Amino acid sequence: MARLVLSAPLDVRLLDKGMSVGEALAAFNAAHGEAGGVVSFLGKVRPDGGVRALELTFYAPLTLPGMEELAQTAINRFVLEGALVWHRVGVMTPGEAIVLVATAARHRRSAFEAADFLMDHLKSAAWFWKRERRDDGWHWIEPRGEDHADLVRWK
Amino acid sequence: MSVTILFLGPLRDLAGEAEREVAAPLDWDGLLGAVGTDIAAQLEDERVNVACKGKVLADKRALMAEDGDEVALLPPVSGG
Repeated sequence: MARLVLSAPLDVRLLDKGMSVGEALAAFNAAHGEAGGVVSFLGKVRPDGGVRALELTFYAPLTLPGMEELAQTAINRFVLEGALVWHRVGVMTPGEAIVLVATAARHRRSAFEAADFLMDHLKSAAWFWKRERRDDGWHWIEPRGEDHADLVRWK
Repeated sequence: MSVTILFLGPLRDLAGEAEREVAAPLDWDGLLGAVGTDIAAQLEDERVNVACKGKVLADKRALMAEDGDEVALLPPVSGG
């Protein structure tokens, strides 16, 4: 299998199949040998509330360009060496990865804060629509007030 | 001579289809008339955005779509 090669400093992707988290983080680490710290966050489908499956839809002209702009903002604001932002789309089942964010910086604080910043914005300001399948069918998920509150922290 | 209206997220269920072709040109009033009363009511919500040719409009009421343009109706997001 070909070795995973990331683009640097930004690697932003929409994925319609499962992601290999270990491989992605190993490649990210290798791409940023000069960083003093790497922070990663993996978001997964929670198996609670009778959720059988989750579907994320997107709008191609906006979703990936918006994620790229967000990642570039994070690089500038937190003075990162690099950022990886991978987001699943399509149908997922509980336990599967939805989003992987990794940040590399000279110092850990920047890397932690940038990962937090990226996740708050992906949750509430990226062009995704989510619905869940429970026993009685599909239900669209409304934006949550706390996601908006999380975003205000960065204003 | 047509404009394609795309219904994203929950608006797709409300529309009963993912997209609809309507006559060009299409302005805001034309859009409200083309989508039916349920979706027209949603469009009045400030949290619902409109994109034309892949760009979100700063003022959706200034919509002016021409032949071949794609108009996307974007309800509040719920990602992550």
